[in-house]
Amino acid sequence: MKAETETSVVFERPRTLEPVRMHYCPGCTHGIVHRLVAEVMDEFGLAERAVGIASVGCAVFAYNYFTCDMIEASHGRAAAVATGVKRVRPDLFVFTYQGDGDLASIGIAETIHAAARGENISIIFINNAVYGMTGGQMAPTTLPGMKTTTTPHGRDPKVAGNPIRVCELLSSLEGPAYLARVTVTNPRLVREAKRAVRKAFEAQLKGLGFSLVEVLSTCPTRWGMPPQEALSWLDDNMVPYYPLKEFVVGEGLSELK
Amino acid sequence: MRKMIEGSRAVAEAAGLCRPDVISAYPITPQTHIVEELSQMVADGDINAEYVRVESEHSAASVCLGAVAAGSRAYSATTSQGLLLMAEVLYNIAGMRLPLVITAVNRAVSAPLSIWNDHQDTMALRDTGWLQLYAENNQEVLDMHFQAYKISEDDRVLLPVMVCMDGFILTHTYETVDMPTQEAVDAFLPRYDPLYRLDPEDPYTLGAYAGPEMYQEVRYELQRDALASKAVVKEVARDFQAAFGRWMGDVIDRYRCDDAETVFIALGSVVGTLKDWVDARREQGEKVGVLKLRCYRPFPLEELREALAKAKQVVVVEKAVGVGGYGIVAGEIRAALYGQASTPPVSCAIAGLGGRDVTFETLDEMLKRARGGESDFFAGLRTELLEAS
Repeated sequence: MKAETETSVVFERPRTLEPVRMHYCPGCTHGIVHRLVAEVMDEFGLAERAVGIASVGCAVFAYNYFTCDMIEASHGRAAAVATGVKRVRPDLFVFTYQGDGDLASIGIAETIHAAARGENISIIFINNAVYGMTGGQMAPTTLPGMKTTTTPHGRDPKVAGNPIRVCELLSSLEGPAYLARVTVTNPRLVREAKRAVRKAFEAQLKGLGFSLVEVLSTCPTRWGMPPQEALSWLDDNMVPYYPLKEFVVGEGLSELK
Repeated sequence: MRKMIEGSRAVAEAAGLCRPDVISAYPITPQTHIVEELSQMVADGDINAEYVRVESEHSAASVCLGAVAAGSRAYSATTSQGLLLMAEVLYNIAGMRLPLVITAVNRAVSAPLSIWNDHQDTMALRDTGWLQLYAENNQEVLDMHFQAYKISEDDRVLLPVMVCMDGFILTHTYETVDMPTQEAVDAFLPRYDPLYRLDPEDPYTLGAYAGPEMYQEVRYELQRDALASKAVVKEVARDFQAAFGRWMGDVIDRYRCDDAETVFIALGSVVGTLKDWVDARREQGEKVGVLKLRCYRPFPLEELREALAKAKQVVVVEKAVGVGGYGIVAGEIRAALYGQASTPPVSCAIAGLGGRDVTFETLDEMLKRARGGESDFFAGLRTELLEAS
């Protein structure tokens, strides 16, 4: 006699995420953020009308992981490329996925001006305080005292400058509809990060203007520490410097709980 | 001192021995090891330079521009997209007649994205007014830096120099090199003593507006002096040989060309492959030789004419494409030979794009097709990947 069983799906890969092995290092938080982006695109049913802009840096191969249309932009130019796509096809959902080198260094002008214009695009900004792909050089977000391959004795602000806090910088502008800094170092914060991504995407879908979610991320390889230690290091060192909060919440978007 | 060292580290050490006052760069593969090593040297106090970590190559070139204008010796290194991002500043530096040396690591240009070697990046900048030297191996590339500063800062020249080295093939390869001492380099390359510099006591303006009544004259002088710099390039190569005992050619170098019926012309590391291939084919009775185009800007017109006077056939190995036109270097070789007593057929063989290896088989294919009368072709092409036309 056959037992009657009821089955239901309790967990599955987001449809917007390709079922492939990612190139990211073990313990890197890029994978979590990719998943959050894909889950939110699934929730809003965006896969069939989304265009993603991949950047240069570790996320250079993001086009291999999202099932939507993707463009590989020149280094730092993602926000400008996204602007071009969105202006021609305002019906499409347009997002960029950029690291700190791409967005806050070589592409800071594009970032600031896209925000100032209030371009109706969404940016996922990975801040791991280092240039990961090229081998661990100083980023604009590298913390004071932090060792990198171009600041081998630690970043000395007197000669190498101070870190840029992107959300704070952009929050002085009128264009942004949603700006938030989150992290993914524990499950509660992952859920919070997902809510922030959802609101950023919602801002675009409602036509409110520029949205950006900065995700404090780990780089165990370039930081030279095991993944678990990297998560703790981020909580202990990056979060005090880069406070987790919503900086701008446009009208009609609910506050993060 | 002879040591086994990675190409990038050799360049960093050479750049350090040139005693730059200012180094400014933005990391980009495969240039990164050069600037990492220099960061380390500055941080450890091994060299007394300002290291400016900027947000882009555009700014790195601009920092160098300002630093040289203020009377210092500056250095940068980049590649591919970074070099192209520098482009407008590179024109400015040459136009302002500022002596500067950068290491241009040769890498393919997007799209499609590639981090691997070819020469499209520096070829795109051949008309900037920068002099361009192409290195065959790691010894040559490190020696070229000493020569490059000496050429660049010569009062007869005052033009920036790009030292071109093949990405990965040279930057990431370990070779034994002879690293000169600081004393020897200092004797060959004294401290930079600028003819002009920003000086409040004697103010002048750099890069000022030039209207139609004078712009053309300024460009004429740039061209005149760039062409004339060839004599200095040759002189410095001889001086270098006298000081260090090494000779790898001046504007060109010839390998088994004297009785060669077919002369291959190439730039950069593929010259090494060609030399081995020539040796192998010579054993089989093929009269082939290699002409290394060591200095591409200024263009060694007379030297090439003389070197090719007896050749029956010329094959130019190009790691770049003059898209929509013809071979970038081959076109100039053809123009150089036009109207000469002997005008051998010149084939343009494009190969090695985006890191594709140039092997003996590739070179055999070039020889065969050139002899078959083909003038412009891609060698080593994977035809099975091509879309049906």
